Amino acid sequence: MKQMNWKELPHAGTVLKAGNANEYKTGSWRTYKPRWIEENCIQCLFCWIYCPDSAVMVKDEKRAGFDFDHCKGCGVCAMECPGKKGNKAIVMEEEGK
Amino acid sequence: MGITTTKTVAVTGNQAVAEALRQLNPDVMPAYPITPSTGIMESFTSFVSNGKVDTEMILVESEHSAMSAGIGAAAAGGRVATATSAQGLALMWEMLHIASGYRLPILMALVNRALSAPLNIHGDHSDGMGMRDCGWIQLFSENAQEAYDNTIMAYRIAEHKDVRLPIAVNMDGFIISHSIESMQFIADADVTKFVGDYIAIDPLLDIDNPKSIGALVLTDYYMEHKRAQHEAMINAKKVIQDVSAEFAKLFGRKYELFESYRLEDAEVVLVALNSAAGTIKDEVDRYREKGVKAGLLKPRVFRPFPYAEVGAALKNAKAVCVMDRADSYGGYGPLFMEIASALAPLKGPVLFNKIYGLGGRDLMPHDVDKVIDETIEVAKTGKVTMLKDYLSVRS
Repeated sequence: MKQMNWKELPHAGTVLKAGNANEYKTGSWRTYKPRWIEENCIQCLFCWIYCPDSAVMVKDEKRAGFDFDHCKGCGVCAMECPGKKGNKAIVMEEEGK
Repeated sequence: MGITTTKTVAVTGNQAVAEALRQLNPDVMPAYPITPSTGIMESFTSFVSNGKVDTEMILVESEHSAMSAGIGAAAAGGRVATATSAQGLALMWEMLHIASGYRLPILMALVNRALSAPLNIHGDHSDGMGMRDCGWIQLFSENAQEAYDNTIMAYRIAEHKDVRLPIAVNMDGFIISHSIESMQFIADADVTKFVGDYIAIDPLLDIDNPKSIGALVLTDYYMEHKRAQHEAMINAKKVIQDVSAEFAKLFGRKYELFESYRLEDAEVVLVALNSAAGTIKDEVDRYREKGVKAGLLKPRVFRPFPYAEVGAALKNAKAVCVMDRADSYGGYGPLFMEIASALAPLKGPVLFNKIYGLGGRDLMPHDVDKVIDETIEVAKTGKVTMLKDYLSVRS
């Protein structure tokens, strides 16, 4: 992407396009990656509530996978996941494994 | 339109500035009282209580909050003013940079006062000089009339599309803020017409067009933002000149980037800001009567500093004493550094620096005479004994 020069910048550096953080892909920051284990999931959606990057996708009130363009691999979803009978529905695994 | 109706009144500097603020009728005024600027707030809050202005007055818990609230209100799209002095300004320091970086044309009435320690409430310029690098336009005023006129002109300068920077109007604490002088007010309707409506750029309260201000900017863009800010300050010089010319045409009082007092043929020149200029003018007159070609240069616009114009005005003098009412310990006085920079490219006069009037110490006519006498001696010999020295200090 061609960078703007100082004369091209918006006045005062104001970000005029709402929600453009979505264009900034942070997925490459991950060193650990969440993996979903369906049989342990109770669909409580705690992972969706807690995800700081809105990277847990939901469809028809059910989990619909991770948005790996934005998931930074922080592990909050895995930490908060209550699982079923002590078995986590989200586990963190080293990226690339 | 020619010169309009004016009203001659006897008021303090604080009352004069409060009256200007009433006429400007800002949308929001967050402020926290501090001597010697308290009088501005006292008068202004009574205007608010008596329905003389539409302003929302926000009584905050500190000056840091005053400037923060001002930034929020200005970013929302409002016309904002505040008033402060000394420690209050120092507490605002962090937010001063944010106001200029966000390019918010906030107006500050700054009643100059010494900084603690030792604790002192009287007038000097250490507060104003401390905000030198904060990206604010800085105007200085010799008396109540100039403080009033500079305040009336302030929004026109700050809000100009080529500028959009915050502006501080300085006057000396107590010497001007608390002394009653005869001066002239402009009629309300004429002020309203002169100042005009404020049209904010990208206000946050334009909810149909959501936006973010204050986003993180890293190594790839920070310098471009700062370069744009620098350009706005460069543009401010011409805008100040244009607004001042229009003001002179309408209201009869002329203001330049600096005042030249008997300067055209002067060989012995003093440079000083604010109220000291009044005393110096009297002494320049006395020396002129004795046949000494003395003169005064009184900067009005300190940021952006008009280097080329000041250099041209001083280059033919033989000796120049720059008088600073603030010190940069271990360096020269802040005004001296500007004058030296202005003259650096020119084959100009011999320069030296006197620090005077700290903590509100009076600059008496005999003090000025000492300076003029020394400047005459320097002009004769071309030699300076002490490049920087404190004036009238016990030793």
